[in-house]
Amino acid sequence: MFKLKLPVFSLILLAILVSMTASCSSKHVPNTRAVYMLMDTSGTYTKELKQAQRVINFILSSLNPGDTFAVARIDTASFTEKNIIDQVTFADRPSMANQQKRQFRDKIDKFIKHVKGSAHTDITGGMLQAIEYLNEAGAGHNLILIFSDLKEDLKKGYIRDIPLQLNGISVVALNVTKLRSDNVDPRKYLNRLASWQKKVESGGGTWKVVNDLERLETILTF
Amino acid sequence: MSFNDVFMLFQSPVMSGFAWFFILTTVFYIARIHAHQAIYAFTRVIHNAMRLTAQSVRQAERRMMNRNTEVLLTQGREATEHIIEREFERINDTVQKDLSEYPALHRLLSEKITQINEDYQESTDVPPAPPGWVKAVEAVAKIPGSKADTMVGHVLGDIHQSMIKANARATEEYRKTSHKRHQLLSNMMPHWRKVSRTLAQVDKNINSLLLRSVSIDRHMEEYENIQAGSERAVQHLSSSSLTQFFISAFVLAIAVGGAMINFNLIARPMSEMVGGTSQIMGFHTSEIAALVIILVEIAMGLFLMESLRITRLFPLIGALNDKLRVKMIWITFGILLTLACVESGLAYMRELLMQDAAATRALLRGDGVEVIKSSYLWITTAAQMGMGFILPFALTFIAIPLESFIHSLRTVMGIVVVALLRSLNWLLRLAGNIARFSGAMLVNFYDLFIFAPLWIEHQFRFRQKKQGSKEKGEGRDNADSVNSADVDDIRYGSLSRS
Repeated sequence: MFKLKLPVFSLILLAILVSMTASCSSKHVPNTRAVYMLMDTSGTYTKELKQAQRVINFILSSLNPGDTFAVARIDTASFTEKNIIDQVTFADRPSMANQQKRQFRDKIDKFIKHVKGSAHTDITGGMLQAIEYLNEAGAGHNLILIFSDLKEDLKKGYIRDIPLQLNGISVVALNVTKLRSDNVDPRKYLNRLASWQKKVESGGGTWKVVNDLERLETILTF
Repeated sequence: MSFNDVFMLFQSPVMSGFAWFFILTTVFYIARIHAHQAIYAFTRVIHNAMRLTAQSVRQAERRMMNRNTEVLLTQGREATEHIIEREFERINDTVQKDLSEYPALHRLLSEKITQINEDYQESTDVPPAPPGWVKAVEAVAKIPGSKADTMVGHVLGDIHQSMIKANARATEEYRKTSHKRHQLLSNMMPHWRKVSRTLAQVDKNINSLLLRSVSIDRHMEEYENIQAGSERAVQHLSSSSLTQFFISAFVLAIAVGGAMINFNLIARPMSEMVGGTSQIMGFHTSEIAALVIILVEIAMGLFLMESLRITRLFPLIGALNDKLRVKMIWITFGILLTLACVESGLAYMRELLMQDAAATRALLRGDGVEVIKSSYLWITTAAQMGMGFILPFALTFIAIPLESFIHSLRTVMGIVVVALLRSLNWLLRLAGNIARFSGAMLVNFYDLFIFAPLWIEHQFRFRQKKQGSKEKGEGRDNADSVNSADVDDIRYGSLSRS
């Protein structure tokens, strides 16, 4: 009887070793996610920030321990770390992660209460900052959320005609509101969206627009 | 040079086709004998190879069957020996327990019987003897004229009074002795009962021994059948082994279900201990840690069952001396108990984590809906903790069906291998026969392709033979025989005969 058990055990051991070798030889991709959210705080868009708060809470509830989340504002000059309102990499322990989520939420609430509208809108600068941040985070799946009307309004002298390097990054535009001028000529709105899509896709990223905030669950499907 | 250039011998494709047909037919006709030989040789080689392989497989199947029978008989012999050994142990226990007390029992019975005997002796009814001087009184009373004599009358009166007193005393004495006797007799009752009970117990023990001896007889008969390697014993063991296999597989499936529930109970809180993000081989470390805990519990359960000598998967543990074995029982039980407590704690932590996660989700939703704290929540917490504590002990019993499964697996695998070898043998034989007959078929197809030169050859031979027979002046009968031979030639090809 022992003669039988030994080969069976050897086979199981061999299967485990083979699977280990296979898993070691394949390229290791971390299973974590990193989300960078850009919030437009320019001019009239500040009144939409309540919606942004909702999106942030949804993302917080969806992220898991080990994931990274950062929220930054879009203002006149967005290519700076100072624009990051809060950033967190959730702890390994679920209880700690929950605590971090609550603290993050409180900080965002405070910011939204006291936010002041900016004169200009530097979305590209914010995107560059987001790319830099996500590359450093080294997560398996990267996502940039742009909560804006996508109307870029640069201050004189700011150079933002820079190609974006978005390889492996998904970009989702949220709540892209129509401006008064868009209502007069909808082509402006469509052209705005198309130009951003082109910019993102030419940089190697994927582009998506979600205007219905009831369908937020689709944004975290990588 | 394309195929077209080679094929087109003439301008017309039809003509080229005919030309090629003619060339090929001629070539094939010339090469006919060698081609036939090659086809036959090739198919014969395949047939022989298949036949030899089939024979080899058949031998392997026989060896496997013999080996299966040997294993089955060995297993059956071991199992029966174990049962008989156990029966003898029980008899030994009964004998040691009851017959070791036999001297005491005998003494008890003797004492009781002696006591009963003494009591019986003492309870014998002895009537009190009348006083000795009564006869003297009778003599005085018979003196003639005594009735008239007042002196005698007084004496007799006094005697009468004395007699009454003596009678009263004697009656009183008799009553006392009777009462004592009755007391002695009533004291005998518990002794009787005790003797009766003791004898009933002895009877029960003897009956138990008799029943065990019947059972041993049955097992011995089975053992003798196995030793003799009878067909009936093999069939019985095979059927029993298959039944064991399916039953143990079913119980193991239930145990796997229990292990999965256990896993779900502790996997989530394990992320609090080992982290929720790290991975090993694509699996979360917390899940692997939970799995390892469950596997360790199963392993401890196996060792515990082995130490208790309920299972016999590890002969080394079974062969340990009793002192060491008992130590091992306590150690494995202690580890199991610790793991059960850990699991219970993890189950509690799971509940806390779920509540925390629910509270955070509610806060993040921000829709003003508070998490309802049910007053019955403690029931689920307690149930989870209870399951966390009980499941490790329940998993301990996996060892029993696992042992049956492993033992019966050998038989089942043997049967499956024999069936596979038998099927392979059949397939090889089929392939060999197909190869053999396909040789004849290919030869026929070959001849069909060169039917034209064969027909010409036949006509030529027929005329040649006819001419030869005329010259020799042979009779009509012989010519008929030539004709019939020629018919055969047409059918099979004259050259194939050569």
